[in-house]
Amino acid sequence: MKTKDIVYIALFAALTAVLGLFPPITLPITGVPVTAQSLGPMLAGAILGARRGGLSIVLFLVLVALGLPLLSGGRGGFGVMVGVTGGFIFGWAISAFVIGLLIEKFWNRLNVVNAAVSIAFGGIVVLYAIGNAWVAVAADISYWQATVGAAPFLIGDAIKVAIATAACLAVRRSYPLISKSA
Amino acid sequence: MIRFENVSVQFDARRALEDIDLTLSQKRIGIIGANGSGKSTFVRLLNGLQTATSGRVLIDDLDPVKDGRKVRRHVGFVFQNPDNQIVYPVVEEDLAFGLKALKLPKDEINRRIDEILARYDLSDFKTHPSHLLSGGQKQLLAISGVLVMEPRYIVLDEPTTLLDLRNRNRVEHAIADLDQTVITVSHDLDLIAGYDRVLVFENGRIVIDDIPANAISKYREMMA
Amino acid sequence: MIAGLYRDGNSVLHRAQAGAKILAMVALGTGVFLIPDWPVVSLVLVSVIVLYRISGFGWATMTAQIKPMFWLLAIFFAVQLWLNDWQAGLLVITRIAAIVMFASLVTLTTKTSDMLASLERAMRPLKPLGVNPEKVSLAISMVLRFIPVIATVASEIRDAQRARGLDRSILAMIVPLIIRTLKMADDVADAIEARSFD
Repeated sequence: MKTKDIVYIALFAALTAVLGLFPPITLPITGVPVTAQSLGPMLAGAILGARRGGLSIVLFLVLVALGLPLLSGGRGGFGVMVGVTGGFIFGWAISAFVIGLLIEKFWNRLNVVNAAVSIAFGGIVVLYAIGNAWVAVAADISYWQATVGAAPFLIGDAIKVAIATAACLAVRRSYPLISKSA
Repeated sequence: MIRFENVSVQFDARRALEDIDLTLSQKRIGIIGANGSGKSTFVRLLNGLQTATSGRVLIDDLDPVKDGRKVRRHVGFVFQNPDNQIVYPVVEEDLAFGLKALKLPKDEINRRIDEILARYDLSDFKTHPSHLLSGGQKQLLAISGVLVMEPRYIVLDEPTTLLDLRNRNRVEHAIADLDQTVITVSHDLDLIAGYDRVLVFENGRIVIDDIPANAISKYREMMA
Repeated sequence: MIAGLYRDGNSVLHRAQAGAKILAMVALGTGVFLIPDWPVVSLVLVSVIVLYRISGFGWATMTAQIKPMFWLLAIFFAVQLWLNDWQAGLLVITRIAAIVMFASLVTLTTKTSDMLASLERAMRPLKPLGVNPEKVSLAISMVLRFIPVIATVASEIRDAQRARGLDRSILAMIVPLIIRTLKMADDVADAIEARSFD
């Protein structure tokens, strides 16, 4: 791995941490908090590709595990990682990897549609699959029940998919990083 | 001694440097030119950050491309923005970074760090977070990070552009006190006015090569 | 630098090896799932509470660890009460509370630097697989170095966008932020290579 790749990996881990500093927005009616932090894995995968994107989130999680309060709301440490929403946190790394894999596949003909589908698949379908499975085990409920419980969060994630798609396409025009290495 | 033998650099569609052939043996060399004139490409050839498309560069008879590690040990590089050069979150860790790469013993690493911090009045900041330093202190830390490696040549790429006047002057004095050969790229013409030789770049060529007084006045006419 | 969540102290747990505490955490987590029996799990939870006291932490610290998921636990209890019975509900919430509180205790009693040292030790056997501990340490340091830099760049961009009336658009913030920091990353990579790292 080249020095530049290590720097990019560190950069997106840091970016994910900084996104956690933005105050969460509370959605009307449902009262579900939406944090900007989960944009981090989407952007890491969509901009750096599978390997570097996935590793940048792994690196971010290592720092959280070391005891640094980098998750949104100043949380961190093992407690929050093994908690009820732990699956969503660990899932970020896989989510970033899957997004990266799909974006790399579509890279030469990337457009709004396939970019959005890639990010939504990795960032919602894959992430919720892992996160909900974790919740189902922790709460001793069925997978279906966990999925219903997580549904209100989809609104926020749909917004984030839209933002990540637009950002990924804009960055691709001025700073393409995937074609160079993949 | 630095030798450029018919060096050209070609980027995709653009020729960044055109047939540069010269020897640099002076202790203070200034490099000026408009943005995109090739001066950054020129200095990046000195430590292998840039590879020549044709011709070759020799630093004390070593080729920066073939003997990358050896050359980088002897050619220190200070960039415009110290924020991009400081890699570690704590001052002493950052200074230790290059030294650890050289596999020096711990005592020697500590000795060099203490010495350089004392030299630039940064001793009180040894264990401080590097991002809390002022702009001038950051640039001095960046220079320190290069100096602890004890290079023979120091390349500075627009070292004062982001600094206020007081810090610019501190950096100017720091450069003046160096024993090493210094090559400075700068838009700050006063910074290189006291140098031994000044090269002016335009469109990838050296159009003026003279003592500073002559080179700077010709450059001013050129840009008028 | 960013302060860790570690809290100073001199208890048995503070002095214990980071690696040992992590293993204990894994063992406890596995254990409470292997024994789906609420009295046993409650006993484990009580032991964890006792460990907080032994480690010198008061009730405030203890409840702070579990507070963010209080409502979630209440919902889980209610769901179990509705689907099964109160014993099932108690098992679910004591199990989560025991795991989370013990894991938090490991973080509270272990310095970030000790955690890092045991991570480096744990990585050593992975060297043949292509994991380079030096590069991992470099990457970790760089993240800590980048966070304040990116936060500064972000606030600069926010000011610039506010001046143009774009302060409500997160996209107008994030795209320039990424492009500027990628440019920075390229320069940082150059600087690292110039300082003879390879």
